[in-house]
Amino acid sequence: MKLTGAEIFIECLKREGVKTLFALPGGVVLKIFDMLHQQKDVEVILTRHEQGAGHMAEGYAKATGKAGVCLVTSGPGMTNVITALADAYMDSVPVVCFSGQVPTSLIGNDAFQEADNIGLSRPCTKYNFLVKDVNDLAATIKEAFYIATTGRPGPVLVDIPKDVSMAKADFTYPNSVSIRGYNPTVEGNKWQIKQAAEAIMKAKKPILYVGGGVVFSGASQELLELAEMTQIPVDMTLMGLGAFPGEHPLSMGMLGMHGTYQANMAMHYSDLVIAIGARFDDRVTGKPSEFCPHAKVIHVDIDPTSIRKNIHVDIPIVGDCKSVLRELNQILRATVNGEQKDLRKPWWDQIRDWQQAHPLAYHQEKEGPIKPQQVVKRLYELTKDRDPIVATDVGQHQMWAAQYFKLAKPNRWLTSGGLGTMGFGFPAAMGAQAAFRDRLVLCIAGDGSIQMNMQEMATAVLSKLPVKIIILNNGFHGMVRQWQDLFYEGRYASSNLGTTPDFVKLAEAYGAVGLRVKKVGDLDAVLKEALATDKPVIVDVPTYPYENCYPMIPAGGCNHEMILEDPPELKMKQSGGAKVTPEDKDTVLTA
Amino acid sequence: MDHIISVTVENKFGVLSRVAGLFSGRGFNIESLSVAPTLDPSMSQMTIVTSGDERIIEQIVKQLNKLIDVIKVVDLNETEFVSRETAIIKVHTKDVDRAEALRIVDIFRANVIDSTPTTYTIEVSGDPKKIEAIINLLQPLGIKELVRTGRVAVAREPVRQAAVQAKKNARE
Ligand SMILES: Cc1cc2nc3c(=O)[nH]c(=O)nc-3n(C[C@H](O)[C@H](O)[C@H](O)COP(=O)(O)OP(=O)(O)OC[C@H]3O[C@@H](n4cnc5c(N)ncnc54)[C@H](O)[C@@H]3O)c2cc1C
Ligand SMILES: Cc1ncc(C[n+]2csc(CCOP(=O)(O)OP(=O)(O)O)c2C)c(N)n1
Ligand SMILES: [Mg+2]
Repeated sequence: MKLTGAEIFIECLKREGVKTLFALPGGVVLKIFDMLHQQKDVEVILTRHEQGAGHMAEGYAKATGKAGVCLVTSGPGMTNVITALADAYMDSVPVVCFSGQVPTSLIGNDAFQEADNIGLSRPCTKYNFLVKDVNDLAATIKEAFYIATTGRPGPVLVDIPKDVSMAKADFTYPNSVSIRGYNPTVEGNKWQIKQAAEAIMKAKKPILYVGGGVVFSGASQELLELAEMTQIPVDMTLMGLGAFPGEHPLSMGMLGMHGTYQANMAMHYSDLVIAIGARFDDRVTGKPSEFCPHAKVIHVDIDPTSIRKNIHVDIPIVGDCKSVLRELNQILRATVNGEQKDLRKPWWDQIRDWQQAHPLAYHQEKEGPIKPQQVVKRLYELTKDRDPIVATDVGQHQMWAAQYFKLAKPNRWLTSGGLGTMGFGFPAAMGAQAAFRDRLVLCIAGDGSIQMNMQEMATAVLSKLPVKIIILNNGFHGMVRQWQDLFYEGRYASSNLGTTPDFVKLAEAYGAVGLRVKKVGDLDAVLKEALATDKPVIVDVPTYPYENCYPMIPAGGCNHEMILEDPPELKMKQSGGAKVTPEDKDTVLTA
Repeated sequence: MDHIISVTVENKFGVLSRVAGLFSGRGFNIESLSVAPTLDPSMSQMTIVTSGDERIIEQIVKQLNKLIDVIKVVDLNETEFVSRETAIIKVHTKDVDRAEALRIVDIFRANVIDSTPTTYTIEVSGDPKKIEAIINLLQPLGIKELVRTGRVAVAREPVRQAAVQAKKNARE
């Protein structure tokens, strides 16, 4: 029997095990929506903006490890989803995005709502397809899912012209895919792995530097075994959080620009950096020429382009983390003995000193303004037994979440690292909630960022996605203000938000629940109330506006040169008390 | 130094823009690029002339390999190779210059492929140095138009291996 392109599309989704589709309709995809309307296997979540649909697909993918799927219309639908595709591309998130296109006969004619979807998405997708013949549709969709989810994952776009969705063809779904130019390397080179094992045995000051690749590959168990067996401390990137238990005694926490003191010092002074599924981003290396000056570098990565892109590598191993770590552990199991422990005792003494010298710190006065770190810390303590999924937006609150929310397991952390997309958090949280209806999903948001995809509250209410949003409301683009305080003499150019909506009323206007923490003493009670609610909730937490996030390595700085607290002139300004405007700040400074 | 990279790609819509986009998006240099189908019509052969230090060339080769439509990448500078380029040069020729132009054509074993009373159109093939040299000589006469194909190149067969193969073939 022949099926229409629209029916083939749905059949393919079913074969790929897709249960949820984040979508927004339009003229050229109406046939597809019409068919979606007449079936029950794939749930359609109607978003309010295509960027939201894209981030939801990302959140779904990060939480499940499977591809997240979205569907948008041509022209503006496509341009709206670009930010999410670019985000997924930077953070290697498996997303399959379907876009509508004008009928094939009109392509290139400046037809109504036409855009060059292939051209627009080329630099921000792993691959993209224009389907010109309905007979190719099923095989193309199969390839799209295959490419998105294998090797280094990433977003794939499938552009479907209107006539292709209406035309009919016989339906057969291929069992397998073979693309001659695409064969990701899974197993690492055995000789190189042996070299790595030898280097690990000999190292006096080794450090594991682990990233998103460990999460994608599901290699947390293997990583844990490696670290415990060899007693090597573990630094995590922002994207690697959860790959190793945050409370484990071997965990150094996050490294990099806002990483912990011990994580960055251990990197800088180490003699062997073992990088696993991490890409030496500039937020981690700081000044590349002075990065890890004393270390040999082992780098395990599935993407050869990640290796030696920024940093010289001594032992490159191209392969999947899980497979490589298994092999490595097998060799080490046979060779590790008590000697390494003695060999590394001075290293551990040093690390414990660093930990004690400068632990993460903030000061919460009992009656004083609410400190953002306190909110994250309490949220963590109140929810850790429920194994929550945590999404963040982008800014200071994101960094405090990274520092104080110590995740125990992978796939619980949804954050935008590479692109740093404000507005990512809430829709990403919704995507995860759509995948796990019964789990606790939190979104730690900034008052600036949340306004970038606030419209999705309508989706959350309609589709019953009870995400708990905690807004750290500092009245500022706080991260921008922090840079202005440190590097632009405190001139707050466009970082003061000036006016923000009443988030409690806003939540209520959407039919969600709005709560506010008025003073620090109420924090626990209000958070508990929010956690007990079965609807989407916004908790508005007005926080101290001038809190800065430390440690901080200035961009392009060196990893052992961290700013650990406000410089004296800033402290003086702040001792003035509550609200200081830029103008009277100047008077404080010159006084 | 110039680097010649030979890239076998899928012969389909959009591949050229993926390769070109890779170079422009990452700030890599393209000196020249030539594309044409191979014997197998499902594939095309690209010859890309680029430049950069060792690290950049390594990235270019890796990034090209990463493209899904790229089937094979060979950095020809790692082997022996032969390369050729063709130029078509239209020169102004006054009466007195016409003989001089023909002399230059002769020296470079070039061909006159079109002629009018006031112009010659000259075709020349060779390595880039030769092309540069003939252009320099023709310049004083007045070059009206110049088009160059960019280089195409192929790795040389290792001589010893080829000799062994020839013997084997002869015996059979
Ligand atoms: C405001 C802000 C501040 C930031 N501050 C910091 C900071 O202080 N510290 C920090 O670390 N980051 C920070 N970031 C994030 C930073 O920009 C990068 O996104 C992050 O460092 C990259 O993490 P990663 O190296 O784990 O790479 P990812 O982007 O997660 O990439 C994963 C790597 O693993 C590889 N890989 C994928 N799958 C596999 C597999 N199966 N097997 C093997 N390898 C695989 C990929 O090829 C890639 O090289 C910040 C971002 C923002 C927005
Ligand atoms: C879409 C987008 N625009 C601009 C930026 C630059 N930017 C980075 S952090 C930030 C401020 C974020 O403010 P808020 O969400 O309130 O978080 P805070 O830093 O105050 O915690 C800005 C504007 C960005 N990352 N993303
Ligand atoms: Mg803010």
